This record gives sequence, structure tokens and C-alpha cells, in this order.
Amino acid sequence: MRRGIRVAAPLLPAVLVFGVSFGVLARGTGFGVLSATVMSATTFAGSSQFAAVSVLGAGGGLASAIAAALLLNARYAPIGISVARVFHGSALRRLGEAQLVVDESWALSGAGGPSLDRGVLLGAGAALWVCWTGGTLVGALAGGAIGDPKTFGLDGAFAALFLALLLGQLRSRRTVAAAVAGGAIAALLTPEVRPGIPIVAATAAVVIGLRRRDG
Amino acid sequence: MSDAWLAVLAVGAGTVALKGVGPVAVGTRKLPPVLTRVLGMLAPALLAALVVSETFASGRSLVVDARLAGVAAGALAVVLRAPLWLVVLAGAAATAAVRALS
Repeated sequence: MRRGIRVAAPLLPAVLVFGVSFGVLARGTGFGVLSATVMSATTFAGSSQFAAVSVLGAGGGLASAIAAALLLNARYAPIGISVARVFHGSALRRLGEAQLVVDESWALSGAGGPSLDRGVLLGAGAALWVCWTGGTLVGALAGGAIGDPKTFGLDGAFAALFLALLLGQLRSRRTVAAAVAGGAIAALLTPEVRPGIPIVAATAAVVIGLRRRDG
Repeated sequence: MSDAWLAVLAVGAGTVALKGVGPVAVGTRKLPPVLTRVLGMLAPALLAALVVSETFASGRSLVVDARLAGVAAGALAVVLRAPLWLVVLAGAAATAAVRALS
């Protein structure tokens, strides 16, 4: 556990700042201090939370917001399967510990590969959770006082964050093709349908995964 | 109940289930390779859609505004191998600067 906290340490300030910015953004789109903080504590998956809040904030509607967030988190099914072998004990305990799996703790602990380290996975996950949830509480409390997050360019910061996370995903020609297709679907549909739907529709790009060979 | 709380409950419950399905239900069994491949395409497809939407969408319109400067600064930071927090800071700073000047 302690090793996990140490390994995650360089990421913690960024996660804290992101938690604060999530809290500020959520307050600006109709969330209260409690609902924003509870979302970070229970969902604990940054990009999906930003997606849900930004779809709601753009007037995209509740169903689109939920669908976009859950589709974004669908990757946690395969990610969870890749680390399933280090979870032991009762089903409830496994379910609880599995909540500490996020992109960062999964990547830091060996990305489900042969070097997978349970202590790093759970320790890093716990440290990230504390910063994410604590940051959200601070941001949600300060939100009203800070004012419009756009003044600080936070909307551009999210776009930059998603771009950085995307670039980290482009490990093969197939993932590049999926990204190009997903981006194109979103751009083409934006003028045609309600906000939120283009993002959900972009998941159709997963059919590229049906191809057996990469390239 | 407000939309915000409904979103908190639905997204929270769904995510708990998604994160838990492997450790609780699957254990060490293997998924069919085709399913693994399809699920592996979700993250790049969705993140690209989010980049497009967060950069250019304004309601139902596609617009070019200060956010594009933020994305460009973020991209530059990624290319220069900056840490994630610096990428995000560069994105915010460039967006705020262009917005203040325009």
C-alpha cells in the first residue's frame, strides 16, 4: 500500500487540482457541494464525471449525460478483468476494493500485465481517491466565490486533458483509426442532434475492433 | 430529485458495477478475444469525441474560439513530454489568455 502511495505521489497535485476544477465546474452547472463530492467519492473516474457535467451544462439532458459517462467508463469492465486475479475474499470486499481501480492506478501497477502489483494498485488508488474527492469538496465549496470557470480557461483545460489522455491511447493503427472515426462522428453529428448524443454515437467506432489484425 | 442527483446516482451505480464486474464475476477466466478488442476501442473513440466536443462544440454549433488555443498549447506540452498537470495548466492558461485578449 505504502509503495503505491509513493509511486502515485507525482500525480497527486494534478489530481487534486483536477478535483478542484471538477468541483468548480459542477457547481457552475447545477450541482450542490454534496452532490459534486458524492459523485467524486462514488464514481471516481474523472473523464466520465466531466463528461456528465458538461453534457448537463450544455443542456444535453439527463439521459445523454448518464449514457455518455457510463460509456466512457465501459473500459473499466476490461480493465477490471485484467486485474481480477489480485482480488480476494468475499464478493462485497472485491467489489469495494475494485473501486480503487482507475486509469492511473491501473497503469502504475503494471497495467494488468505480468508485473501486476496489488499493493501499488490499491495504495495508488486510495491516494488518488483522497485527492480527487478532497479536491472536489474544496472546489465545490469555493465554486461560487471563484465565479465562472471559463475566465480561467478551464474549458480549454479539459479539452487539453482529453487530448493528452487520447494521445496516450494511440498505441496502434487500430486505436488511431478508432479515434479518427470517433472524432469524425462527433463533429458530423454536433450540428444535427442534441448535445451529448454525438459523444454516445461516437462509440460506433468500436466496430474497428472487429478486425482481427491490426493495420 | 434534481438532474444533478439523478446523474450522481445513475453514473455512480453504473460505474461501481463496471469496475466490479471483473474482480467479482469474472475472476481469472478469459474473455473472448473479439470482445476484448472491441472494448479496447472504446477509450480512443470516446476520448477523440470528447476532444472534438470540448474544443469546437457550442450547443449545436461547431465554433472556433479560445479553447482551440488551449488544445494547441496542451498538444505542444504533450509533444514536449510535459507531465499531465503541466499539459492541463498550459491548456487553461492559453485559453484564458486568448479569451482575455479577444
